[in-house]
Amino acid sequence: MEWLSEFGAIAAMQGFNGLSVFCVLLLMALGLAIIFGQMGVINMAHGEFLTVGAYTTYLVSVLTLKYLPELQPYYFFVAIVLSFVIAGALGWLAEWALISKLYHRPLDTLLATWGLSLVMQQAFRSIFGAREVSASMPDWLMGSFNPTDAIDIPRNGLFVMAVTLLLTAAIFFLLYRSRWGLQVRATVQNRVMSRAVGINTKKVDRMTFALGCGVAGVAGAAFTTIGSTGPTSGSLYIVDTFLVVVFGGAASLFGTIASAFSIAQTQSIAEFFISGSMAKVLTLSAVILILMLRPQGLFSIKVRK
Amino acid sequence: MNSTLDKFFGGKQGGIGLLVLAALILVVFPLALDSFRLNMVGKYLTYAFVAVGLVLCWGYGGILSLGQGIFFGLGGYCMAMFLKLEASDPESTKIQSTPGIPDFMDWNQITELPLFWQPFQSFGFTLLAVVAVPAILALVIGMAMFKRRVGDVYFSIVTQAIAAILTILIIGQQGLTGGVNGITDLKTLLGWDIRTDEAKIILYFVNAALLLGCILIGRFILASKLGRLLMAMRDKEERVRFSGYDVASFKIFVFCVAASFSAIGGAMFTLQVGFMSPSFVGIVPSIEMVIFAAVGGRMSLLGAVYGALLVNYGKTVFSESFPELWLYFMGGLFIAVVMYFPNGLAGLWHSHASKWLARLRLPSRRQPPAAAAQPAEQPPASGAGTIDAVPAKQLESTP
Repeated sequence: MEWLSEFGAIAAMQGFNGLSVFCVLLLMALGLAIIFGQMGVINMAHGEFLTVGAYTTYLVSVLTLKYLPELQPYYFFVAIVLSFVIAGALGWLAEWALISKLYHRPLDTLLATWGLSLVMQQAFRSIFGAREVSASMPDWLMGSFNPTDAIDIPRNGLFVMAVTLLLTAAIFFLLYRSRWGLQVRATVQNRVMSRAVGINTKKVDRMTFALGCGVAGVAGAAFTTIGSTGPTSGSLYIVDTFLVVVFGGAASLFGTIASAFSIAQTQSIAEFFISGSMAKVLTLSAVILILMLRPQGLFSIKVRK
Repeated sequence: MNSTLDKFFGGKQGGIGLLVLAALILVVFPLALDSFRLNMVGKYLTYAFVAVGLVLCWGYGGILSLGQGIFFGLGGYCMAMFLKLEASDPESTKIQSTPGIPDFMDWNQITELPLFWQPFQSFGFTLLAVVAVPAILALVIGMAMFKRRVGDVYFSIVTQAIAAILTILIIGQQGLTGGVNGITDLKTLLGWDIRTDEAKIILYFVNAALLLGCILIGRFILASKLGRLLMAMRDKEERVRFSGYDVASFKIFVFCVAASFSAIGGAMFTLQVGFMSPSFVGIVPSIEMVIFAAVGGRMSLLGAVYGALLVNYGKTVFSESFPELWLYFMGGLFIAVVMYFPNGLAGLWHSHASKWLARLRLPSRRQPPAAAAQPAEQPPASGAGTIDAVPAKQLESTP
């Protein structure tokens, strides 16, 4: 019977690994699902907005340790809010200065935001140095949770999961249950019509873009609990993130969740059998093959254009 | 006869532009630069192959491939594999546990030459593979994407993902590809030492001649009916499809041509620089190659060459003296080109410099030539001539 419980433990941990990868992918993809999925803007600097959130968290942690060490266990909640605000504000600026002028040239948006990402990376390097930094972890995020002897689930992983869950729920309500979300979806489906019924589409665009960047900032804040932050951390994820959103089908939040889940599980199951890099090659190739058969992604809404 | 020549040289104006470029890279650079700098210019010119390909498929065809590094790298790797096999003859690798195979294979406990390396012992096959392997891959990607009418933005993302996959694959399979170091220590080509100064100068001229050849082919394509169709597709794809043209085939064709050009550039890169590594394959180099074409002018074959030269020269200067400023400069360049001069240097030339030149040449009789010059510039084939004919509005890709 012993092998059975051992197998169960491996399965549980493996499943948890897959879930962590899923949360990481979903956190990254949520902001992009709003920006690319809803608005159709290819924001190659998305990873850098994530890094903005991560650096904000790092700064908050350093400042609390220095000035208010007794509040150190709770700094994280402030950091998340600040990450959202700062990344969102930067996104608002980027939309105002750059993207609003390029809505009718999607391929050029891609190039311009790539330029923006280079500038932001170098700015991070000038401000924070080329070395990776990590925020100091409060005690309640350290260590792991052991339901049985063989199962070992890290607490920071659980925390990231909780953040993912809350953020996804918040975005769902904002997009599908609020008046503002209705305006966003109307603008996406038919810009001219929305303008005709009195929606200020320019304002909606700007706020949507800022929201997407803010969400990326929150994701960055959550990432500081599982890894360190460097100037180019964000850019490592950009291809995976785009694939998640494209694979899920643009303009479908549920699709993004489903695709992040399937990509993460494929990847972590494959990693169990073959090397990490080959698992990644396999997963990405599979995604591309499926996209070739089904270019609109897993889930798509039918819109009459 | 005359009209065929016209197609190649793009009329009088295009011919002059081509002559100036040819004089610059065939005469001025070799005379003015020492062999180290000349080799460096040769390296920049290998990127110009990619930029010329991008003008065809992005500027005219409206297909933005963010994976040209794939083809550049594949061409380079094909050439590098041949050179590596030649450099690892049993005599010079006798200290290895398995003599006669490349050193990195020996380090990775591989005892036999892998099957896909075998054909690269033949030079003829290598030359064929340099062009054929990337072209076939482009054909497969193009068939899969364009036949299913995958849109431009999605195409860019998928090509980028393929570039990422190829990089991971090359780095991960160290024993088969040389891993992150790439294929190094290349010595001779058919017994001819490619590391000497004379060899480098000869390779520079071969490279320059090939580049001019590619430009002529590009001009020919653009001057033909195909070139017109490409532009029509870029601006109103549905209308071309409803006129009965098979849009996908044209896109696939131009994508394959761009891939082959890039691959030739990659092979010449390997020959001139003496190694090939995954750092020329991935996402970052691929998107940098797009900026060469964008700076030079996405609608101008000649502009692409100048763009590749200038951006790379800037990169060398900046990274030698102000390494921390380079990314700001590069990022700023991306933004500025897109926002303020989408037609690049060639666009600036046509809107400012050429008018100024014309005024200089014909100070007294300005009225009649202005009317006469119009029809002469009409055939939009010449790469350069089109810029005035295509207003910025048409750069928008169709949804």
